[in-house]
Amino acid sequence: MEVSNPTHSKTTGLPRKRFYRARAHSNPLSDSHFPVPVSPSQFDCTVHYPQFLKSDSSKKIEFADIGCGFGGLLISLSTLFPDTLMIGMELRDKVTEYVKERILALRASNPGHYENVSVVRTNSMKYIPNYFEKGQLTKMFFLFPDPHFKEKNHRRRSRWIIYTITDVEELGVWMKSCLEGHPLFEALPEDELEADPVVKLLSTATEEGQKVERNEGQTFRAVYRRIASSLPH
Amino acid sequence: MEDNHMEENEQKLETEVAPALIAVHPSQISVSVSVGSELRVFSLQDGSRVKLVDETGGHKDSIRAIRSRVSEKRVTSLAISGDGMFVCFADKFGVVYVVDIGDCNYENTAPVNKKAVPILSHYCSIITRLEFSPDGKYIITADRDFKIRVTVFPKQPLNGAHEIQSFCLGHTEFVSCLAFISCEDYAQGLLVSGSGDSTVRLWDYASGCLLDTCDVGAEAGLLHSNQRLEEVLPAITDLCATADGSLVAVAVQSLPGIMLLGCSFSTRTLSVVKVVSVEGETFIPTSIGAAPSFPLLWMVMGASSLQSNDSALLARVRAVSGFTANTSESTESETSVLEDTEIPGGEPLLQALQGKLSIGEEAFSTAAEAVKTAMRNLLIKKQYSAERREFRKRGRNDKKNQTPA
Repeated sequence: MEVSNPTHSKTTGLPRKRFYRARAHSNPLSDSHFPVPVSPSQFDCTVHYPQFLKSDSSKKIEFADIGCGFGGLLISLSTLFPDTLMIGMELRDKVTEYVKERILALRASNPGHYENVSVVRTNSMKYIPNYFEKGQLTKMFFLFPDPHFKEKNHRRRSRWIIYTITDVEELGVWMKSCLEGHPLFEALPEDELEADPVVKLLSTATEEGQKVERNEGQTFRAVYRRIASSLPH
Repeated sequence: MEDNHMEENEQKLETEVAPALIAVHPSQISVSVSVGSELRVFSLQDGSRVKLVDETGGHKDSIRAIRSRVSEKRVTSLAISGDGMFVCFADKFGVVYVVDIGDCNYENTAPVNKKAVPILSHYCSIITRLEFSPDGKYIITADRDFKIRVTVFPKQPLNGAHEIQSFCLGHTEFVSCLAFISCEDYAQGLLVSGSGDSTVRLWDYASGCLLDTCDVGAEAGLLHSNQRLEEVLPAITDLCATADGSLVAVAVQSLPGIMLLGCSFSTRTLSVVKVVSVEGETFIPTSIGAAPSFPLLWMVMGASSLQSNDSALLARVRAVSGFTANTSESTESETSVLEDTEIPGGEPLLQALQGKLSIGEEAFSTAAEAVKTAMRNLLIKKQYSAERREFRKRGRNDKKNQTPA
């Protein structure tokens, strides 16, 4: 097995980022060549979480990191929420490969850990409904999204929460106004933000976030929860 | 080598071809056909062609346009809400707009100019069909990326349609048409959809649950046993359901006629009832329609901007009688294609809607091919080889934005 592999570090076994670099932003408008499940029931999670689902096959993915980049947030969340399945969605081929290799290496060097996290290469703007059933996700993360793509898609305390953060002020203001203006979302109050361990990770756990801190930049955060729907079921 | 040749051919297909469409007044007072930029309306009541005038003139015997709205991008589909208060339309980038038409009536000659407001969108995906549910609670939008989205249509739609009820996922090609079937016991109804994957599917649209799939292409014997993977399946082009919801007429590319499917509310399944063939001409409908309480299915085959020198517009109208559900076994013999002499409105109708009485056989096959190719180019995603993708990227000049190692 061990011909020296330059793409992975000899000491840690972890993949080296410089062999997996890609352009910072990809074009979600072009239909790239990757398979997409026809519907959530056809999304095979056993290839993503083989160990985890062997012991509990009924579990479903609850956290999704949209545009997960090099996986910093997911890796942190994995140990914070060991019983929760989570997935990263990333458009860039090389970057997805990096995250895959990183997770595999972490699983190998930490037996029993990181079995609850995985990554899939896809265009989440178009295909999120293909992967998850209604109400399945309880947390969605939009960390440092591409400022060029400002899409419009884009009461009762529910567990469904959206986390967003950016260092681009105009984008931050816009994302907050979208969520604030959306009748089905309300802002998380200060006390809840303090108490949520995930909130701190938004600025510290990712490469982007660490870069902004090093440069003493400002970040703009918006965390909103989904409130009950209007129609009775 | 082959790839470069392909690119040249793509550029040649610049001429747009659009299929002819047909619509029937809910009380079958009139029938209209649109082909190219021509809108032709025939009044069955008066037995004559109806004059169409714009908002500046006309008298009470003509159909008057009372509103026009300009859309920045090309419009791909449109529907009027059941209560007649709103019109929704989609542009080719997948944004759906709503216009308030509640103030439209004959007397109101100086109306307030109401703008079209965006209410929802399918991210950069062409919306192929837009419909309101029979109870008016939902707006259903289908797109080129195989999806059907069911959204709550609020009482105040001008503030946006934010709440997604469900997605109906299952088709493996673009969704081309939608129809509702409902009955007294089940007013909410079920949704029927047709697709480029050659199937018709039945959905409980409120939950997004796929109830049944009918492989129409195979059932109609349109698939070749040695079909290569690259060959395109015959797409479903239009659907029309009977008033009581138990019969659905299906128009399919390559089928001269229509296929009748039966729908059962109790078993929630689709079944093939029969194929109604059109004899004597290669009539492949591009659009079908019917008035709710009339057992008559109207069909049109046609296209605009054909490349032949003959005529720029082609439209041929036929009709099928007996388009109604029968509980007795005599359904089999009762649906039949009407001759030109038997069609309501007769020759005057055909003259008005077709532009002329007889159409050459060659024109039919040219039209059928042109429409098929146009639909394929518009709605089926091109699969490029890896080399071709790299070749297409050659014009990109954003290398300077790469993150440093």
